[in-house]
Amino acid sequence: MAPETDIPVLTTTVDKMVQWARRSSIWPVTLGLACCAIEMMSMAASRYDIARFGAEVFRASPRQSDLMIVAGRLTRKMAPAVRRIYDQMPEPKWVISMGACASCGGVFDNYAVVQGCDQVIPVDVFVPGCPPRPEALLYGIISLQRKIDRQRAFGYPVVKS
Amino acid sequence: MHTDVSATVAALEALVPGSGVEAFASIDQPAILVPADRLLDVGRALRDAPAFRFTALVDIVGVDYLPRDPRYELNYSLVAPDVPARLRVKVRTGGATPRVPSVTGIWASAGFLEREVWDLLGVVFDGNPDLRRLLMPEDWEGHPLRKDYPVQIDLPVSVHEPIQVTEVQFRAAIERDRRVRGDSN
Repeated sequence: MAPETDIPVLTTTVDKMVQWARRSSIWPVTLGLACCAIEMMSMAASRYDIARFGAEVFRASPRQSDLMIVAGRLTRKMAPAVRRIYDQMPEPKWVISMGACASCGGVFDNYAVVQGCDQVIPVDVFVPGCPPRPEALLYGIISLQRKIDRQRAFGYPVVKS
Repeated sequence: MHTDVSATVAALEALVPGSGVEAFASIDQPAILVPADRLLDVGRALRDAPAFRFTALVDIVGVDYLPRDPRYELNYSLVAPDVPARLRVKVRTGGATPRVPSVTGIWASAGFLEREVWDLLGVVFDGNPDLRRLLMPEDWEGHPLRKDYPVQIDLPVSVHEPIQVTEVQFRAAIERDRRVRGDSN
């Protein structure tokens, strides 16, 4: 190796570095709404070990969280509380809709359950399954990491409707 | 468990003359049918009479038998822990606004149970001191466990929480808190 290339320096962009830091430590908020939460806990525990992806720090406070995993069916009575928790999370923040019920109501096609939590909060990744296995949720988190990699660190893309 | 209630009905008829209590065919536990307007008299006798001592009201279950008239049937599950014995008391009601006297004066545990039945079936309990919604959101319209309720209605999702205290109550709570802490400001 030539001496002039042996300098311990990497060149990159600020965007890439900041987004690398963000995606490598996604802290989810503790939000288990139904049986999907069991799979979510399993993913966080030793067998599937979400710590390999830097996302093991489940926080009980939305003020310290980046990610909301909507794990389970969202009832109409719970919707204001979930929206409030989402509003309390600092930017930047992401949402994973876990399972059939959170994504579209699932088997609960009735007056009490919200037919898709994207009616309440903006969702980044939908994970299918009833419930999704921990591997599926891990894949959801990896997909979210890829998505964060593509996002810009400062300023948000303007969505034209 | 024996389900022969002829002795119970006879004893009740002696305690509450003209109560109109009937035996009700049942496969699991003794059951009687009580007219709604005599529910309080019968309930008091069941709780206080030394022969019964049904001191605990465990549950109130409301059922909607829609084509039938009267369409609603309430099942009061009573327990006499000292005897021991169980009894199911059935009350039927119907009409546009079904009404039943509240048994909160007899068994205090009826408060929440009657709130649940009112919330889901719309049976009004006259005399319940706090007949508010228990399971459904506070601003919900309709009673979802009625058989003619449109189960798969798709309402717009509300993300607002209904106001639970008025401004006056809020200020009063702050004032009370100040006095407790001795804060002069």
